[in-house]
Amino acid sequence: MRKLSLALSAAALSTAAAPALAADLTVSVEIPRVSGASYHRPYVAVWIERPDNTAVRTLAVWYQQTANQEGDGKDWLKDMRTWWRRGGRALTLPADGVSSATKAPGRHAFTVPGARLSNLPAGDYVMVVEAARELGGREAVRVPFRWGAANTARAAGSTELGAVSVTVTR
Amino acid sequence: MKKSLAILAALATLALPMSAQAHRAWLAPTATVLSGTDAWVGFDAGMSNGVFIADHAPMNLAGLIITAPDGSTLAPENLHRARYRSTFDAHLTQAGTYRVANVMGGVIVSYKQGGEQKRWRGAEADMAANIPADATEVVATRSASRIETFVTLGEPSTTALAPTGEGIELVPVSHPNDLVAGEPATFKLVRDGQPAAGLEVTIARGGTRYRDNPGEMTVTTGADGAFTVTWPEPGMYWMNASVRGAAAGDQLAYTAQYNGVVEVLP
Repeated sequence: MRKLSLALSAAALSTAAAPALAADLTVSVEIPRVSGASYHRPYVAVWIERPDNTAVRTLAVWYQQTANQEGDGKDWLKDMRTWWRRGGRALTLPADGVSSATKAPGRHAFTVPGARLSNLPAGDYVMVVEAARELGGREAVRVPFRWGAANTARAAGSTELGAVSVTVTR
Repeated sequence: MKKSLAILAALATLALPMSAQAHRAWLAPTATVLSGTDAWVGFDAGMSNGVFIADHAPMNLAGLIITAPDGSTLAPENLHRARYRSTFDAHLTQAGTYRVANVMGGVIVSYKQGGEQKRWRGAEADMAANIPADATEVVATRSASRIETFVTLGEPSTTALAPTGEGIELVPVSHPNDLVAGEPATFKLVRDGQPAAGLEVTIARGGTRYRDNPGEMTVTTGADGAFTVTWPEPGMYWMNASVRGAAAGDQLAYTAQYNGVVEVLP
């Protein structure tokens, strides 16, 4: 778990509605340990939505970034069904700061520096984390949070995801 | 996600490309309960992670045998091998239950010759003649794979279901074409004709694309080889069991796998 804290200029937040703050966004995702003969790490997508379910931006996609004899890792991105429909299919991967390899069971946190979200108006949003696992299930966890003020929001999955938290820091 | 797969699917897939080894083999009918005096049923046969989702490899149907209700053999029609599935039809004109199976057997021998790893596959009787005299590290494994399903025209019957005595087979207690959601069904597994006790049976329902939970079940056969499953929902179900054993005395190491598909109606 690493945490980045970047100093941001007030210009990073451009909208009038947003208070002048340098906010970072940290997302923590727990991948549960699943017992079974043929466990494979899940594919995970993390993205921001508006409360009306329209996607704003994909923050992270954890997938197999190489090809093997089974095929290219991108072949199974579609198994994250909701993400795929709400923006994944329009994204060109790999994408800088978004793509990374699949993660082992445990807690994984990443911080998006406010500079990358400078055009995100203050307001209510939902962080969606979706996991899909080979020979396993699929689950999406939705975490409503507020952008524009320091706050922490939490939710938890029950099958393919554990605790998910979203922290907006000043 | 699809990195290295480590299911013991292994030898069931002998009929299949090596790359398909870890995937699930399924032979699925388009219908299982038919009426009238003349009916056609189509079959899809493939290998993939999601049962009945043809997205990986077609099945080599070299061992396909359709046993008619009277015990005779029926020839498949319209055989075709597509990119991800093999298909064929069965023209049913006899009343009763047909067993449609892709059965592979024989011996697999791996050995080294001049430092090079080699592999031979064939009938056990031909083994001695085909393994070079200077072969080293010879490992021979007797294998049996059965991938099957059942369809019935009219009243279900059991003549075609008689065990052959080779590999793992399903012996009906409940008839495989008389399965209803919410009701328990019992089958017996036999290996080489003897009750297969303590075998783990994986049961998976098709249609995983339309739900989040794979909803697989695992049951273990009792001392008499029997297992009972209560079908939670209607659908096409895949049942798998496999067994392997080390060489002992003059017995070769062995591996056997069973893949059956049954339809459960509402």
